[in-house]
Amino acid sequence: MGRLGDPEPTVGGEGAAGPGRPLVEARELSKRFGGVQAVDRVSVAVRPGQVLGLVGENGAGKSTLAKMIGGVHAPDGGELLVDGAPVRFRGPRDALAHGIATIAQELALVPARGVAENVFLGVEQARGGLVDPAAIRARFDRLNAATGFGLDPEARVGRLRVAEQQKVEILRAMARNARLILMDEPTASLTADETDRLLRIIRRLAAGGTAVVLVSHFLDEVLSVADEVAIMRDGRLVRTAPAAAETEQSLVLGMIGRSLEREAPLRPPDPAGNPVVLEATGLTRRGAIHDVSLAIRAGEVLGLAGLVGSGRTEIARAIFGADPIERGEVRIDGRPVRVRTPREASDAGIAMLPESRKEQGLVMTRSVRENTTLAALGALARGGVVDQRRERAAAEREVRRLGVRAASVEAPVQSLSGGNQQKVLFGKWLLRQPRVLIADEPTRGVDVGAKRQIHELLAQLAAGGMAILLISSEIEEVLGLSHRILVLRGGRVVAELAGEGATKEQVMQAAFQSVRDGAERRAG
Amino acid sequence: MTEANPTAREAVPAWRRVDVRSYGIIVSFLALFAALSLASDKFLTPRNLLNVLDQSAPVGIIACGVTLGIIAGVFDLSVGAIFAVAAVVACKVALVGNPWLGIAVGMLSGGVLGLLNAFLVNRVRINSFIATLASSIVFRGIAILVTGGMIVTVTDERFAVLGTRTLLGAKYSVWVYAVVILVTSFLLTRTTYGRYLYAVGGNPEAARLSGVRVEWVRGTAFVITGLCAGIAGVLAASRTSSAQPDLGVGLELSAIAASVVGGTSVMGGEGSVWRAVVGVLILAMIGNGFNLLGIDTIYQQIVQGLLIMFAVGADQLLRRR
Repeated sequence: MGRLGDPEPTVGGEGAAGPGRPLVEARELSKRFGGVQAVDRVSVAVRPGQVLGLVGENGAGKSTLAKMIGGVHAPDGGELLVDGAPVRFRGPRDALAHGIATIAQELALVPARGVAENVFLGVEQARGGLVDPAAIRARFDRLNAATGFGLDPEARVGRLRVAEQQKVEILRAMARNARLILMDEPTASLTADETDRLLRIIRRLAAGGTAVVLVSHFLDEVLSVADEVAIMRDGRLVRTAPAAAETEQSLVLGMIGRSLEREAPLRPPDPAGNPVVLEATGLTRRGAIHDVSLAIRAGEVLGLAGLVGSGRTEIARAIFGADPIERGEVRIDGRPVRVRTPREASDAGIAMLPESRKEQGLVMTRSVRENTTLAALGALARGGVVDQRRERAAAEREVRRLGVRAASVEAPVQSLSGGNQQKVLFGKWLLRQPRVLIADEPTRGVDVGAKRQIHELLAQLAAGGMAILLISSEIEEVLGLSHRILVLRGGRVVAELAGEGATKEQVMQAAFQSVRDGAERRAG
Repeated sequence: MTEANPTAREAVPAWRRVDVRSYGIIVSFLALFAALSLASDKFLTPRNLLNVLDQSAPVGIIACGVTLGIIAGVFDLSVGAIFAVAAVVACKVALVGNPWLGIAVGMLSGGVLGLLNAFLVNRVRINSFIATLASSIVFRGIAILVTGGMIVTVTDERFAVLGTRTLLGAKYSVWVYAVVILVTSFLLTRTTYGRYLYAVGGNPEAARLSGVRVEWVRGTAFVITGLCAGIAGVLAASRTSSAQPDLGVGLELSAIAASVVGGTSVMGGEGSVWRAVVGVLILAMIGNGFNLLGIDTIYQQIVQGLLIMFAVGADQLLRRR
């Protein structure tokens, strides 16, 4: 573990932020995914030795923009210029040939091989197919010395910690003579100490003339390392300004915008005085959530807000028994229940709509009927034999009640639109008549009409006495439906707001609030 | 869509999904059947057809079990070895005790070995391919150990009843085959367990989050598969009143091939017992046809191999639509 010897921070070093031709310039870049305009005519430019911060809410389009520059996504419109000449990348390889390297959230290393081998993978400069280990070693030592990383070239990458693996990725970028390195949330899984080191590395790279684009949720980090910050909202560029001219507050305001047109709130009737149905205390899972407690009354919608990775989903999964927890207790109607598996949790009256309906929610190849009844099949069977008439009737009832549009209940669920698939997922759990419904991103990837219907459904279920835990990256959704909102950061509850009267700005401030103390920012 | 459901028609007046793959396999089967009927006058005789059924009973019984496993997303490469263990255990027990006891113990030994596979995959958490590849070697070793590497012959005639006697014109083994098909098919299409098999194979995480005990479902599939292999092994032993430890080598691949030819998706979550049985019959008819027509068996292997490639390729093509 080598420390950087005297890093000498040189923010905006020689000629870095000065005039001169941009290394990479995006002109009016656009990208559409299905019905969503992910990036809408965005123009940004990076000069050699410059660090450009890219900030925005979840889904603002920052990652998509970075991926277009990195050659992962092809733009639908606009132009990308490198050294002033237009380029069209067919893949990350093309981008790399132009000196643009990406260090993605999910690192792309070969875990079973050594550090040096990973660094030079694909650029071994072999002779007649034979790799010269001594030459590789010499090149590695030069890079290692230049960065001061002090990595062991023989160490197996899979055994390294994430922070070390990131260094390998950075070396890999440098081994390919990258002139621009794109980093997408590189500090998300680092400790405070490691984050500091990475920031120093970024400064050092910039001082050496490498340009860096840093996509990050951590505004303090962006402000401390970037020369310029570009703010994105709803796929559009809000503004690009020198980091010195921005504060965390000004960035947050830029990210959420001033006009907050909201759909009419659907908040169900006030549940005050109703008995508490779900009570969770001291939920702890190493590296994910720390000492989280919450309680939900019958008829109450409790919203969980926070950035991706703040522990929202992990809380849901802990309550539902989907992930093992180290500590914590769950009570239903005041009685402790064991929820070590989803089966135990659902038997205790808890239901969970998981975050990703495709990966975790539905069996895509099977029919609407089979998906709808999967969780309640035991009740529709006698002696293990499914009562087909009752099963069909139950599925059809749910489909009708929820307004699922499908050719028939026998249609494979993959033939349905996203919104209708989500309704099938609701139907599956409503068949069990749960006391507690956990809805994790219930409207992700569904169209506007279906979204409104799902909101109405949630409100209606709460009005009927169900306790609902609502998780969403869309703050408006949480604000519009919840009676109370818990804001999470780093696996802890950092704020509790009353749903009535809470503003998006309050939630965002709490979610983004910079905490210098790393121990508090990241659990475990 | 294996069952015609009158209420389904009412509820779904115009639209009904035509399952191209189940349709395709029937077409192939009928085409082959017709071609062989025309090519050889010995093919379309009750005697020959019953013979085809009898010959294919062991692999067919195993294919029923293997199909349940593949649908649940697990492969059992040890069925050939289980087949041998069951056969030699049945003979050994029949020699020292009662032939009926031998038959029962032989069949059950298959289930026990299946339980062992389930343990390896669920508790030790080894990939099913690797786990059963390894266990197949161990099982084969057990078969050698039990027999000392020799052929075991049973002289008691009662032992041969299952494999040689007939009931209503068909051998007992064919009746056993039919019972296995019906039972496994019923399990798959009518029970909660069958539904869980599809769910676990189609999306294990979704199944788990729906409260399905994924490990239990897969483990049980191994036990059922082992039991099927045990039954098949005992039938084979009964047919010749003997068994040796190298019985059923490569049987696991024939069973998997038949299942896949019948449209079972190797990705899990799709397939049916009856289609797997049609796959078995197609492969058996090819063998039978080659014999009847007196064609070199070398070509038989080539044709069978090509057929499997064709079936899997078609499966991929249809999936992409």
